[in-house]
Amino acid sequence: MSATNGTTNMTLLQALNLALHEEMERSKDVVVLGEDVGRNGGVFRTTDGLFAKFGAERVMDTPLAESGIIGTAVGMAMYGLKPVAEIQFSDFIFPAFDQIVSEMAKMRYRSGGEFTCPVVVRTPAGGGIRGGHYHSQSPEAYFCHTPGLQVVYPATPEDAKGLLKSAIRGADPVIFFEPKRIYRTVKGDVPNDPDFTVPIGKARVARAGKDVTIVSWGAMVHTSLEAAEKAARNGVDIEVIDLRTLVPLDEECILTSVRKTGRVVIASEATRTCGFASEISAIIAEEAIDCLEAPIVRVTGYDTPFPYTLEHVYMPGPARVLDAVQRVRAF
Amino acid sequence: MTTTLETVMGTSGPGLELAAPRLTREQFLVLHRAMVRTRKLDERGMKLQRQGRIGFYVPSFGEEAAQIGSAAALDAADWISPSYRQPGTALWRGVKPVEMLDNCFGNAGDAAKGRQMPVHYTFRSRNFISIGSPIGTQIAHAAGVAMAMKIRGDGHVCLTYLGDGATSSNDFHTGLNFGGVFKAPCVFICINNQYAISLCVTGQTTSVSIADKAVAYGMPGRRVDGNDVLAVYSATKDAVDAARRGEGPTLLELFSFRMGPHSSSDDPSRYRPKAMEEEWAAKDPIQRFEKWLIANGHADAAALAAVHAAAEEEMSEAAKESETKPAPAKDSLFDDVFAERPAGLLKQRTALLAEGDAHAADMNAAFPL
Repeated sequence: MSATNGTTNMTLLQALNLALHEEMERSKDVVVLGEDVGRNGGVFRTTDGLFAKFGAERVMDTPLAESGIIGTAVGMAMYGLKPVAEIQFSDFIFPAFDQIVSEMAKMRYRSGGEFTCPVVVRTPAGGGIRGGHYHSQSPEAYFCHTPGLQVVYPATPEDAKGLLKSAIRGADPVIFFEPKRIYRTVKGDVPNDPDFTVPIGKARVARAGKDVTIVSWGAMVHTSLEAAEKAARNGVDIEVIDLRTLVPLDEECILTSVRKTGRVVIASEATRTCGFASEISAIIAEEAIDCLEAPIVRVTGYDTPFPYTLEHVYMPGPARVLDAVQRVRAF
Repeated sequence: MTTTLETVMGTSGPGLELAAPRLTREQFLVLHRAMVRTRKLDERGMKLQRQGRIGFYVPSFGEEAAQIGSAAALDAADWISPSYRQPGTALWRGVKPVEMLDNCFGNAGDAAKGRQMPVHYTFRSRNFISIGSPIGTQIAHAAGVAMAMKIRGDGHVCLTYLGDGATSSNDFHTGLNFGGVFKAPCVFICINNQYAISLCVTGQTTSVSIADKAVAYGMPGRRVDGNDVLAVYSATKDAVDAARRGEGPTLLELFSFRMGPHSSSDDPSRYRPKAMEEEWAAKDPIQRFEKWLIANGHADAAALAAVHAAAEEEMSEAAKESETKPAPAKDSLFDDVFAERPAGLLKQRTALLAEGDAHAADMNAAFPL
């Protein structure tokens, strides 16, 4: 095992796997459940090695029923366990939507705080893997719209580990989106300290700049950074905000940047209408319109189902983000 | 296929006679008193609603034997994952009527802080899980609670209640399936009261009985006379004991009848034959048990009447007490969404408090229904 000091370079997937191993070591109450998470170690291998180390009672291969995975996780959590439930693709989360929205999110409130169900729902999301409608979507807005859920969406290995550990140690239910497109392509230095965590609700300035703010989350952070590097060659200094957590939202981090640059692009690969980009746009308009030098511009997926062959037409890339940067600069 | 009803006190139809459970006279009378208190709580709840003092009520008339007989088979440390028509099981666990009526009034005394409609109780200290309105979700929770009990190895059992309507829900399937696959210490009790609002049970399923559905989940299924408190107790005790021994779940169908409306907003004369209501009035579970108690020399009519009078008085006093309590504080709206109030919610709370009474007119708006 790694020393507790220093860092180890690893992929986002390895960071998630490490967080699960560490948290299961740390507390016997942490259990993992989902489809193919045990013997197979998960279809992406995120839960690799857990079954061998912690056994079938704590790493449960469940029947193929998302509502059952979340429904039983809610029961386990009310009883005092800490279930980490995997929904194999976020596109398949909808059979569990009732359990998430009607039960998990409301349990603390509706019981006056008597019962809580701090389940962590891990689920790979986002496109770019040639997955078509049902292996590519970004459904985070549905969950942000539901009071009682924390919604987390890391973009780096360090944050993936630190945020997943915070989610598991936390007292509230968390929908933990994993940017599957960059599971293995993004590597980074991750602290070895088993008590290293990243707080939920704090955004991060991924790249400091003074001319334009790009707000993004998940894999789009890397698209935005790529756009920023290209813009820098033309003398445009872009600040990239990585939200890390959508709910609770770190409004201050966004507003501080906007007050500095006065020009904002929000980049998200989700569908445009009622997407979380729209919420951020509304907050900026309400709180900082006096600082804006140009209209807020959203760069998003289109209002179509997620396509297969044309997925890179659908998903915003660095060029489309740069077009938006150009628009807010030219205003 | 399971068509016969298991019974102690006897039915008019084909029945499978069970021996009376070995209980003391005192225990029989405790069961009786709990059934009567359940009836009187429901009568008081409906009366309060009809008088416009509470907004809504869900009575459990006719299902007192099913509730009390089953709850009595549990230990206090066992958990109940209820639906919204088992008030008697909370009373059985020692919840005071005033705690329940505080919920119906939605006042500051309500454990749920006035956040839910009436009869959506939560009683953590009694291992009685918060009730929701969606049908069937609690079945999956029960399987999960029982899976956790098994992982912890603490020897407890989780019992869940559902109606005949809930057997059509997704979570009936997933709850029983997960319970079966993980051999969880769980008891699934379907109180088949034959109607899900207006739809008769034959419109829910073409299965001859609900007990038969257990076969698909690899667990025993039993069909029990749900208006016979002693049969319900015996069958539930068997299921609870088996679960505790590690033998996994049982599905019990308690065949009964909803003698009242679905809720205070429902009029069953629109969909239910009068003859059927009369037929089942003659099978009233409280009257039936009283006849049995008298016939077996456990009580006389006067003693039983005194139980009714005392329960009536108890519920009346509880209602008076609940009605005097104030509404929850306005800013309690923002508590318990999360463990801690995030900045965004704090901002909304501050804005609401800053309004003072500026929007008081909006808050006194009449309900349109």
